[in-house]
Amino acid sequence: MGCPENSSWTGCLKDAGRRVFSGGPVYLFFLGLFAALLVAGVAAGIHSVYIVGSRHAYGTTREIPLAMLIATYTFFVITSTGLCLVSSIGHIFGVERFMPIAKRAVLLSVITIMSGFLVIGLELENPLRLAVYLFCSPNFTSNIWWMGVLYAFEVVLLILEFIFLLLDKHKASVAAGLLGILFGIAAISNLGGVFAMLNGREFWYGPYLPIFFIASALLMGCAAVIFFTVLACRVHREGLDGRMAESLAAIGKLAGLMLAVIMFFTIWRMVALAVGGTHELLVRDALVSGPFAFNFWALEVGLGMILPFALILWSAGKRIGPIFLASALVIFSSFFVRLDMVVAGQIVPLYWELGVREYSKLHAYSPTWHEILVVLAGVGLTGAAFLLGEKVFQGFREVEDAGSHFAEVLEDAAQEPPSAEKGKVDGSP
Amino acid sequence: MIIKSLDKEKMMKNPEKISEMDRREFLKIGLVITGVFAGGSIVSVASAAEKIFPNGSIAEKYPYRPHYCMVIRVDRCIGCRRCVEGCVAANAVPSYGWRTLVLEREARQAIGQKREFIPVLCNQCNNPPCVRACPVTATYKDPQNGIVMMDNKKCIGCKICLAACPYDARYYNEERGAVDKCDFCFETRLSRGEKSTACQAACPADVRVFGDLSDPRSRVYRLVHQLQKPVWVLKKDTDAKPNIFYTKG
Repeated sequence: MGCPENSSWTGCLKDAGRRVFSGGPVYLFFLGLFAALLVAGVAAGIHSVYIVGSRHAYGTTREIPLAMLIATYTFFVITSTGLCLVSSIGHIFGVERFMPIAKRAVLLSVITIMSGFLVIGLELENPLRLAVYLFCSPNFTSNIWWMGVLYAFEVVLLILEFIFLLLDKHKASVAAGLLGILFGIAAISNLGGVFAMLNGREFWYGPYLPIFFIASALLMGCAAVIFFTVLACRVHREGLDGRMAESLAAIGKLAGLMLAVIMFFTIWRMVALAVGGTHELLVRDALVSGPFAFNFWALEVGLGMILPFALILWSAGKRIGPIFLASALVIFSSFFVRLDMVVAGQIVPLYWELGVREYSKLHAYSPTWHEILVVLAGVGLTGAAFLLGEKVFQGFREVEDAGSHFAEVLEDAAQEPPSAEKGKVDGSP
Repeated sequence: MIIKSLDKEKMMKNPEKISEMDRREFLKIGLVITGVFAGGSIVSVASAAEKIFPNGSIAEKYPYRPHYCMVIRVDRCIGCRRCVEGCVAANAVPSYGWRTLVLEREARQAIGQKREFIPVLCNQCNNPPCVRACPVTATYKDPQNGIVMMDNKKCIGCKICLAACPYDARYYNEERGAVDKCDFCFETRLSRGEKSTACQAACPADVRVFGDLSDPRSRVYRLVHQLQKPVWVLKKDTDAKPNIFYTKG
């Protein structure tokens, strides 16, 4: 445990590597599985976009150009913002019970946002042009432009926040975290705006989605923290200590509250759709009794709202088992919430009201294996990075624990010793 | 009120240096005209015309010169789809995409004619949702003629413009590596001195009338600025202020 004879980067990395490889067969199996998913998904995405063409490999069409990969991107970035928000409750706003989860939540926030970027990078036809023209030819009226820029800043701030947390530089981490929250909320509401400002799409149009996304982010943040923290205990083959268990119980209560908020959002959304225009009525019917009915009732409402809410109530805010299960269900369900939201907004033909033959049926979408593999690439990146992070940072234990040697190395690097003296510093025990 | 707020002389002398605010004011006026006629309501046309016409020069009414538009006389369309073929040939439109279509509506209960054909294409909106949504200005409103253009080298292929367009007028063109759409044949015809679009030239029934809406001598001007026949646009509620007008006769 801990770094070897010195605190150099290479020493720490070697030590981290040893910890990873001594993680046991189950740990290594899952690490390998997630890495394989990542590789397979990236290969599928590259094959789709650069070899056969997305028109052949992906299920998107002219009529439904935004589908599973966009939904997956929103899934990851909403989770990322949620993790950022939940982590901030403790280490920025000083709520004691939320403090133990801060480091893990911030690292997971970085991991999930990178997973989102990976998926969107394999969805865009020309991602390299984005890197150039996002800055050379900006469109300040575009929500996507704002979202891209704000998320880019958020990633940097999250990484800084994580480093400062490792170094126990409280003020700096609070500053980075606070800015991260501001950028994160601005980015996520802009993500909602990407859909909400398309006034040709009645199901999306309006202020609902940006607000809903922020509420969803908080729920997802809670669920992800609980889910990954419990898994981390399995990784380290340890039980939850009292302080962490209290923290998860408190987050579970917040998750219950946010579930109630999301349920009210959903109820009023459906009620409002019932008195909307033709497009909205068609979408509502598709969700309630049409092609999306199973997704809506079983996956969104049943598994994503009622069952997790019941489990959280049953847990009495104490038992972690039901809270963990509720979190897993919320995470699983929210993928379908995003997918249904994205696809259902495009199923009604734009010329429906003309009553023409060519647009007399609702559009349909089915994901292809290529798309599913790209989604799994995002899952693989999140899973593999989480497992590696747990071993590298040794479960984010306190400073005096062996796992904080990375912090020590970072601290040494921050002090920038003169090169002539570096050998001495590195060589010190 | 809008017209009075403009510094007309300044703008006419130096049109390439119109400030952003002036351009917006121009745009508003263009939108008023477009929006009013788009409604197809004779009452609203008359009331708006009283407000706009007595004051105005051409520049005050339309923000672009020429202000290209198309008037589609739907009752003349026989559904031969030569316009589609002409478009495909002129603009190398692949089999998986389209720049213009002729939609078909069947009304079995109707007396007499039971089928109607509705040509559709990019509406070159004055307030184009696709242009607003594009993160890198790969699609833009041409400041001279108002055509919604594509700058292919900038297109990142995010396809948000496809979702934003209320007219389903865009598709991703693999060969171009960019989203493709109708540009009123600017690239293949207008920029080479021709005065018509390929779809208009191919139409045997003179359904599609293309021209400059800011020119009172043009056919499109006369077709739009009249009260005898209703003129309408598609999806007026989106407030995109389209420049494709529909009429009969």
